[in-house]
Amino acid sequence: MLRVRGLGKRFGDTVALADVDLDVAEGEVVVVIGPSGSGKSTLVRCIDLLEDIDAGSVELDGELLGFRVDRRGVLRRLPARRTAPQRRRMGMVFQSFNLFAHLTVERNVWEAPVRALGEPLAEARARAHQLLERVGLGHKGDAYPVQLSGGQQQRVAIARALAVRPRLMLFDEPTSALDPELVGEVLAVMESLAQERTTMVVVTHELQFAREVATRVVFMDAGRVVEQGTPDEVFGNPRTERLQTFLQRFSAAS
Amino acid sequence: MSRPAPGAVKAPDPAPATGVPDARDSRPERRPWLWVAWAVLVVLLAQLVAFVLRSDRLELSVVGEYLFAEPILDGLVTTIALTAIATVLGTVLGALVCLARLSSLAPLRYAAAAWIAVFRSVPPLVQLLFWFNLAYLVPVLSIGIPFGPSVGEWSANDVITPYTAAVIGLSLYNSPYSAEIIRSGLSAVPRGQLEAASSLGLPARDTFFRIRLPQATRIILPPMGSQVISLLKGTSLVSVIAMTDLLGAAREVYTRTFEVVPLLIVAILWYIVLVAALTAGQSWLERRFSRGY
Repeated sequence: MLRVRGLGKRFGDTVALADVDLDVAEGEVVVVIGPSGSGKSTLVRCIDLLEDIDAGSVELDGELLGFRVDRRGVLRRLPARRTAPQRRRMGMVFQSFNLFAHLTVERNVWEAPVRALGEPLAEARARAHQLLERVGLGHKGDAYPVQLSGGQQQRVAIARALAVRPRLMLFDEPTSALDPELVGEVLAVMESLAQERTTMVVVTHELQFAREVATRVVFMDAGRVVEQGTPDEVFGNPRTERLQTFLQRFSAAS
Repeated sequence: MSRPAPGAVKAPDPAPATGVPDARDSRPERRPWLWVAWAVLVVLLAQLVAFVLRSDRLELSVVGEYLFAEPILDGLVTTIALTAIATVLGTVLGALVCLARLSSLAPLRYAAAAWIAVFRSVPPLVQLLFWFNLAYLVPVLSIGIPFGPSVGEWSANDVITPYTAAVIGLSLYNSPYSAEIIRSGLSAVPRGQLEAASSLGLPARDTFFRIRLPQATRIILPPMGSQVISLLKGTSLVSVIAMTDLLGAAREVYTRTFEVVPLLIVAILWYIVLVAALTAGQSWLERRFSRGY
């Protein structure tokens, strides 16, 4: 479903991603792990078209993302305002939630379906309520984001991303900004999504989550995919030294 | 240990006498300077009141006589109308200039920067005089294709009245300030909010009007309020181009009657009332736009 080929991204002189290939099939839960600065956040941000890529390509269901080929066969980068339909097919959950601060929780969820998909308001509101129930926040629809805990805000953010019926859900360190006791409630929601066979790419430091929920684990370091495989392969039998050191440091910490 | 605090509105429950210091036994710190400050303020106020009551030049009866006189109220209406029109036009112009400044098209950005540089450099009084005398520079105003035929022509002398010159001058003077205030508000919206909107595939127009602008408005309102207040006071300059605003009306009266100070006080009182009304409106708007923060 998702096909990333030769993806490259640099910020000034810093190479964030170099020649990254990644395939995600329907229903897969791909968890991307790796040390800070390894490029894993940049990877999902590039997939979601939040960053302009410098090399390679990203395709979703066979459609090239962020570019078009004009009549002469020249590849042209689409300006951000013209990629909206493509981005609706992916749902993004940010580390810092990014709920719309001036809108109620419920409206955070139905704003995009109504404005972007043209769903009737009544329908969109009913669905927003359903989605909030699903993340355990059906009673918080009238609250403003600032009145919620971090974990609740992130659950709303997940509901909001689901509201545009994305083909693929992307998570960019969804629990890194949370107090330890709030991490569980967000991971529980993500786990239930995985059980419903939602296609997901999850960047996280929660190795326990990766071990239990991932269908495939991708280990990145220095902007490259170093190793990938089933959780058993990656955690039970790491082949590269870098992954071994990374896992050791983590198990020592926990 | 525990004793009732003198002057306290409600005596707190006394702490059990354990010998350990307890906040419930505390009394406010002594503040001798507080009483000194009150004394100074009362003396100053008394002096002011005594001055007002004793002065025979203040002529409060004249103030009362003219406060609601028709020429003054006409001038007041002109001042309010000028402020309202110049606020609306200046803000609309400012918003356009601001969007041009933030545009991805370089020529638009340069034009906007030049606009801001020019109209912010020229003092408002100079602008009023300049636009009032526009007919000398451009005798005929025409609309048409640049360097080509025109579809309509007007004599500048007919178009430029004191009123239009005042509206043009004040709006243009106001526009660069509005532009910069709006720009600062738009730039202050956190990037994450815009990323979330674009990631949801919200069309650019909805992202701007439903996410970015409402959040920017909260930041724009306080400086914009100050700007409207200084514009209101700036309208008093239009009396130099023969317009009868609040100050102009007061001047017309006192050049006849020579009651200069009382009529200036009439104008001052009205300016204070207008600014108080604007301030009240501003705090109402600020409360409205601070929901969710």
